[in-house]
Amino acid sequence: MSAPTDRIVIVGGTVVDQTGTRRADVAVTDGVVSEVSPELVPAPGDTVLEASGCIVSPGFVDLHTHLREPGREEAETIETGSRAAALGGYTAVVAMPNTDPAQDSVAVVEFVREQGRRAGLCDVHPSGCITVGREGTALAPYADLAAAGVHLFTDDGNGVQDPGLMRRALEYAGPLGVVLAQHCEVASLTKGAVMHEGSCCSRLGLPGWPALAEELMLHRDIELVRLTGTAMHFLHLSTARSVEMVRAAKAEGLPITAEATPHHFTLTDEMLATYDAVYKVNPPLRTAADIVAIKAGLVDGTIDAIATDHAPHPPHTKEAPLDQAPPGMLGLETALALALGELDAPLDTVIGALSWRPAAIAGLAHLHGRPVAVGEPANLAVFDPTHEWTVEPADLASKSRNTPYAGRVVRGKVRHTLLHGRPTVVDSLAQL
Amino acid sequence: MKHLLSIEDLSAAEIHALLELTDHMVEISNRPIPKVPALRGRNVVSLFFEDSTRTRTSFDTAAKRLSADTMNFAVSSSSVNKGESLRDTIETISAMGVDAFVVRHKSSGAPQLITQWTDASIVNAGDGWHQHPTQALLDCYTIRTGLDRRDGFDGLQIAIVGDVKHSRVARSDVQAFARLGARVTLVAPRTLLPPSLDGWPVEVCHRLDDVVADVDVLYMLRVQRERMDDGLLPSLAEYSTHFGLDERRAARLAPHALVMHPGPMNRGVEMVIDPAHLPGSRILQQVANGVAVRMAVLFTLLGQGAEHNLRGEAS
Repeated sequence: MSAPTDRIVIVGGTVVDQTGTRRADVAVTDGVVSEVSPELVPAPGDTVLEASGCIVSPGFVDLHTHLREPGREEAETIETGSRAAALGGYTAVVAMPNTDPAQDSVAVVEFVREQGRRAGLCDVHPSGCITVGREGTALAPYADLAAAGVHLFTDDGNGVQDPGLMRRALEYAGPLGVVLAQHCEVASLTKGAVMHEGSCCSRLGLPGWPALAEELMLHRDIELVRLTGTAMHFLHLSTARSVEMVRAAKAEGLPITAEATPHHFTLTDEMLATYDAVYKVNPPLRTAADIVAIKAGLVDGTIDAIATDHAPHPPHTKEAPLDQAPPGMLGLETALALALGELDAPLDTVIGALSWRPAAIAGLAHLHGRPVAVGEPANLAVFDPTHEWTVEPADLASKSRNTPYAGRVVRGKVRHTLLHGRPTVVDSLAQL
Repeated sequence: MKHLLSIEDLSAAEIHALLELTDHMVEISNRPIPKVPALRGRNVVSLFFEDSTRTRTSFDTAAKRLSADTMNFAVSSSSVNKGESLRDTIETISAMGVDAFVVRHKSSGAPQLITQWTDASIVNAGDGWHQHPTQALLDCYTIRTGLDRRDGFDGLQIAIVGDVKHSRVARSDVQAFARLGARVTLVAPRTLLPPSLDGWPVEVCHRLDDVVADVDVLYMLRVQRERMDDGLLPSLAEYSTHFGLDERRAARLAPHALVMHPGPMNRGVEMVIDPAHLPGSRILQQVANGVAVRMAVLFTLLGQGAEHNLRGEAS
């Protein structure tokens, strides 16, 4: 037996990245891709990762992950969330700021980053708040936070209601080169809302969340981008009209990007007829027509990224009437399979929406979503696009169980994940 | 039938069967000793997470007339206020041996959720804005007897007036009346209607004056004062002027028309006229019928095999 080397060789796979698709084996040494070739013969002592029938791609980047730490460790910790991310093929996640305390200070974002480093399963990039405490009244310290490495700012969970404040936020943030990401929701239109406003909520006797509440704020912010010239990203867009508005604004050349979640292109508001709070999410599940539009937006690139809005909640909080249960559902471990199964798009379009396009939005394009090429950082996902599996809540790595896909048979499973050249997942098992 | 959660789950035939059984329960209720041993040994627990003395008392009376054991679990005196979850509450009480829960909850869907945590039958006694199926059944029974419509409501014109959006009574009544063949018109300002009426078997009218002369049944809903806090109406006075039943409108009602209200009434708001001065008022009849309808429901859910006990008297 030979002494182990530091080299990992991924054999038998098909490489798909932004430069194209080719059959290739990939060697990784010292955290970087050291060789890409149609046939690599592993040397004695190399670690061999089998990838027959698999796709080898840049690792995925989630723009929208709720890791719950600090403050709600009962639902998730940075470690458990990072493990779920790695198992989903992610090498980087942007941690949402609605922690307790909120991520509106250098101390908190550095804590989150450090906990991510300790877990070692995924690069955890804390977002910052747009306003102090996500309360919508005073600007958060963007310059200090940007100096601490924060690139994406959002009050996610809340939309910034005051247009004057949002204008100042964009004006102040613009020169810092950061991106402000909006949770589009006009609060006065969604008071008490638990689901999409339409025929279903009317029948079920539940307060509705109208599509308009998202679209009005999106429209306002597109106009503020036009006024200020500062780039904006739009979180979890859920309506057909939103997709149309983003398409039109991009055609005008405005610097905006947008994301959509797997649940918004797979599930409709009809699911709420069960009154099962696992289907309660914000923004809410919408209609079949909205799903068609979101999918079309992802396929034609209007929507840049698939983001999970992974939102863990402990079971007892979801075993409650809809108006009492918190919104949100798990997403990290099912996103790839749902994207592969539901989007009628070429593989590189799907991977782009999971990897290099969100990496660019998160300001991580130098590290993540890189081409699989010699000298590039070895942040890689290896997945079998045909592998069928059943979503079993108990099998998920997340600390919570609130997946709306329990029992669903899906296709596409991550086999290996490499983070800076180190395997975090091997044969679908987390390595830490 | 295991549960009664929503009128949506009932066919016209099932509604008719319950109403026919109600005839029998009315007969029992009119006896000198209005009590039969049909549900002897059955345990019926009222679980009211929202105050409602009249509905709770009505169910309680119904259960007692059938000789069921009854237990009241009111939220104010319960462990719910100590932070116990709905699931734990249900599982705990179920462990004492419960055949049926009669559930009132301010959240739509709560009775449906509860079915997964107990083997007992669940009777929805009103959930949020969603459903109040026994109210709809007693309303159907009141119309059936009041207008002598034993075979159904074909051709009947029923107007439901008021806060449909927030009304579990309206959601149940629309489905029940339409299922029995009536033509239902909702009469309300747009702010008090649900955001979508797609799939509802109704017509809509925004002026009570346009429909009042043509209806066989005028069903007035309670307008809660909190709707003012939500800013859905400019004022209760304006609502009353345009949607209240006053003497002028009452005079335009057809002689045979029934006036109904689920209670409690807001006098001076939706009921400007004193119902005592309305020959067509069936408001107290509704309350009386409520007990008999709830007897029919409890017996249907719990009385399998005890049909003979409906004949005898309780010992």
